[in-house]
Amino acid sequence: MWMLLLVPFVGLLWVPFYNFTEPSLFGFPFFYWYQFAWVPITSLLIWLVYRSRTPDETQE
Amino acid sequence: MADHIEWVALSVFIFFFALVTVMGFFAARWKAGPVNEHLDEWGLGGRQFGTWITWFLIGGDFYTAYTVIAVPALVYAVGAYGFFALPYTIIVYPFVFAVMPVLWKVAQRNGYVTSADVVHGAYHSRALELAVALTGMVATMPYIALQLIGMGVVIKAMGLAGDLPLIAAFIILALYTYSSGLRAPALIAFVKDIMIYIVVLVAVVVVPARLGGYGAVFSAASDAFDAKGGTTGLTLKPGLLLPYATLAFGSALAAFMYPHTLTGVFASKSAETIRKNAILLPAYTLLLGLIALLGYMVYAAKLKLSSPNDAVPMLFQSLFPSWFAGFAFAAIAIGALVPAAVMSIGAANLFTRNVWKSYVNPDITHAGEAAVAKITSLVVKVGALAFILFLPTQYALDLQLLGGLWILQTFPALVFGLYTRWFRAEGLLLGWAAGIGWGTWTAWSNGMKPLASLALGGESYTFFVGLGALILNIAVAIVVTAIARMVLPEAKGATARS
Repeated sequence: MWMLLLVPFVGLLWVPFYNFTEPSLFGFPFFYWYQFAWVPITSLLIWLVYRSRTPDETQE
Repeated sequence: MADHIEWVALSVFIFFFALVTVMGFFAARWKAGPVNEHLDEWGLGGRQFGTWITWFLIGGDFYTAYTVIAVPALVYAVGAYGFFALPYTIIVYPFVFAVMPVLWKVAQRNGYVTSADVVHGAYHSRALELAVALTGMVATMPYIALQLIGMGVVIKAMGLAGDLPLIAAFIILALYTYSSGLRAPALIAFVKDIMIYIVVLVAVVVVPARLGGYGAVFSAASDAFDAKGGTTGLTLKPGLLLPYATLAFGSALAAFMYPHTLTGVFASKSAETIRKNAILLPAYTLLLGLIALLGYMVYAAKLKLSSPNDAVPMLFQSLFPSWFAGFAFAAIAIGALVPAAVMSIGAANLFTRNVWKSYVNPDITHAGEAAVAKITSLVVKVGALAFILFLPTQYALDLQLLGGLWILQTFPALVFGLYTRWFRAEGLLLGWAAGIGWGTWTAWSNGMKPLASLALGGESYTFFVGLGALILNIAVAIVVTAIARMVLPEAKGATARS
């Protein structure tokens, strides 16, 4: 599950994935809405990892 | 910009500024602890901030006022390249989720207040501790100065001339930080962040509606960049892909090495608090992305700017009623207060724990630590103010860029020890020196650019100097550690896991 944390790095740091304008969405060129989309996706991925961990045994 | 005083805007501005000033002084009694008796109280707010307070505090000091001015300014000036702040502030959170709870536990278990405390605890090396502490303090100073620049831009936009308003605002800030410590920015962050959210959400709905929708905004920007040429544009020109990715990656690794962000981490109640924040903080990144788009809206609004930094103030003044512009300016100015306060507290904690306690007075009491830190926070702020008043603005910008490069070089010393005992202090210290030396030299010889060659040649593949310096740093640390382990196999390595 921890591997999920690496997915945003791949999706955002390999810029050729998204360095173009079409298809656009609500007037946003692809370059922009693609990167915006990674914000909720990243939150979701971290949440999935968070849910899957065994709770901390130490002081919480 | 404005040649007369905007009274309505100024009144709204002063009202909110007065409100947070009262809150700043009142904050000493909020979730009260003995503020003057222990550095944990003054410098970390009692290590008791839960998920929501931490969310507002880190959101408030990581996404600074200068960001609100500078990111749209950069996007306005160069287009897509300025957007690297968005991937940067996304990929930072998987890193925070994985690493910061581990760091928090080490700090909590041993009563550490600063990054250099953690490093000293891991390697028992005063030299490495001092290197990390000095890097943190030096990197933070220009960052505070930039907050002042952000505040200065909006004060000027309301028609107030001269340096006096800025000096007055900063003295007020210095006084309540002195008396309340981290509780002041934590409390004010609630007001600041709510105001910024209101301003940005209104702006990103109303402004495009006035200007013909986002399609029109992007096409106006596209036309402007076509006319401007060079490396500007709505997407990245071929030579800018690698700089974009390496700047985002390097900045993400550097972000939570700064004293102000680490102060937010150490001040939280539990490792759970930090994990939940890694999930929730990206909300601010959405906000930042929307703020960045304000840079394009300037083109759609057909405004003529004398400086890119005026992009946001001009946009608000020309498209909104005066009272809302005043509200927005207050949000930005208060947005400068929160990070400036946390930064000066973070730097003061470093000085107190890792310079004063380590070298001047090892037997200092807890109350003594708090007293030294309070005085230091004043000195740090006066220093930043003098910087802005007496030196060209460009120096602050250049030094802040170098600061990002420098703080990144503390990454191996701080983070590696959380996971392995293999590294030795000698290796990490030489790696740090190599990274800082090579990185500073390279940036310096390229005219203080963070890239090896940002020049117009679209073909040359360039990268963020800081990341190159970090790779060199790690390579030197590994080689020297390997040699040290052969020569002195008995000496102890990191013990942070204890």
